[in-house]
Formats: sequence, C-alpha cells, structure tokens
Amino acid sequence: MDAFITPLIGGLLIGSSAVLLLLSLGRVAGISGVVWGAISGQADNSWRWLFILGLVLGPLLFHGISGSPYPTPSVQPWWVALIGGLIVGLGVKMGSGCTSGHGVCGIGRLSMRSLTATVTFMVTGIATVYVTHHLLGGL
Amino acid sequence: MKGLTALLCGLIFGVGLAMSGMTDTAKVIGFLDIFGEWVPDLAFVMGGAVLVTVVAFRLVLRRDNPLLADSFSLPTNTAIDGRLLGGAALFGIGWGIYGYCPGPAISALVYLNTDTVIFVAAMLAGMVIANKATSS
Repeated sequence: MDAFITPLIGGLLIGSSAVLLLLSLGRVAGISGVVWGAISGQADNSWRWLFILGLVLGPLLFHGISGSPYPTPSVQPWWVALIGGLIVGLGVKMGSGCTSGHGVCGIGRLSMRSLTATVTFMVTGIATVYVTHHLLGGL
Repeated sequence: MKGLTALLCGLIFGVGLAMSGMTDTAKVIGFLDIFGEWVPDLAFVMGGAVLVTVVAFRLVLRRDNPLLADSFSLPTNTAIDGRLLGGAALFGIGWGIYGYCPGPAISALVYLNTDTVIFVAAMLAGMVIANKATSS
C-alpha cells in the first residue's frame, strides 16, 4: 500500500506546482519547454532559470527531510545515458513537449494533441523496454 | 515576486519528482516493463498530477489574467501531425532506453552521478540539433 502513497503524493505535488505556475505566471510547467526557453535565451528568462534551480534543489529537500536514500544509480554504461539523452532531447524538441508539458499540463488543459503525444510516448517507451529487456535480454 | 514564485514552483515540482520515484531509473524502467515484472506505482504519479491539473486548470483559466503576468502563455498549436507523433515516439524510445524524462533527469543532477550529467548534456544537444534541423 505504501508503494502507492508516495507516488500519489508526489504526483499531487507535481500537479499543484503546475497549477501554481499557471495561476501566478500564466505559464505551462512543461520541463522541456522551460529548459529550451532557458538555454535558447528567450526574453524574460529569469523565471525559467529559477524554476530549474528549484527543480534541482527539490530532491535535496525531499531526501534531506524524509531521510530516504538517493535512488541507486542506473546500472547502464555511460554511452547508454548518452544515446538515451540524445534521443529524448531530439524527441521532446520535435514533439514540443515531454511527460510534464504534454502529460501533466496538456491533458490538464484537455488538449487532444497532448493526449495523443502522451499515448504515443507511453507506447514507444513500453515497446522500447520490451525490446531491450525481453528480446535483447537487458541492454 | 515572479522569480520567487518560479523558484517555489520548481522546488515543489522537484520534491514531487523525488518523492514519487521518478528520479529512480530502475523504477521508471519497471513501470514501463508491462510485459515483465510490472511495477505499477508510477501510474499514480501521472494519475495524481493530472487529477489536480484537470480540475484546477479549469478554475484558473476562468480568470482573465494570471496573478503576476499580463496574460496566459498557452500553446496554440493543436495540430496532430507527423512531427508531433514522430517527436513523441522518439522521446518515448529515449525514455525507455535509460529511464529519465527531462524533469527527473535535471532533478537527478543533484545526486552527482557523472552519467546523469552525460544524459542531460546529450539531451540539451539533442534539443539544439532538432531545433537546427527543423528551423532550416
């Protein structure tokens, strides 16, 4: 049962953050969009860097207060991180969003475009893990 | 005030990601592994987040303006086209390969693992490449 409680509370916090950002700054809390705006030097950018700073400090706060240990690092070699990261970057820029922008905020706005994107990346994510773990026997 | 609010939003988001287990690549892979030993926990993350946004976004967007800005900046593109589907499909593949989507990857930087830095650097490079490829 506990296994479901922390993900649920975590999810409620993520949703609340998105609501607060929309209510205060009128912005969508899509991480890939915020990050792209920050690194591509868009106007009125300080809020993006501060949001990203908060994003990085959040886990420190959580693990510090709860005492729960940091997650075990991935067992994959560095080049898998490189390939995975590269494909994620290409995909989110091309598809204009990720789990937060399309999944949390887009579906929150009842956007068919975002719902379609979310179903698509869930399906290819599941298919990828099937291929790497069951056909190739662990990448 | 705007900056402080943005920092607070990022902080809440980051706490949520760490608490939910999204910064744990093994958990994410376990969640995507529905044909293996499926770990369904992370469904509650998206479920909980969407529950909040679906209800509260409706209320927020009834307002004419946000509290600290002149207007709402919302995506206007509604096209469901090859670019959206291709991009989303690619993103899912990258997500399944390593177990990080952009938010958790950036949050996980604080765990100070070299591979996470490599992931984030490659992700930023991918964004730049995709931007160059599609804008030319």
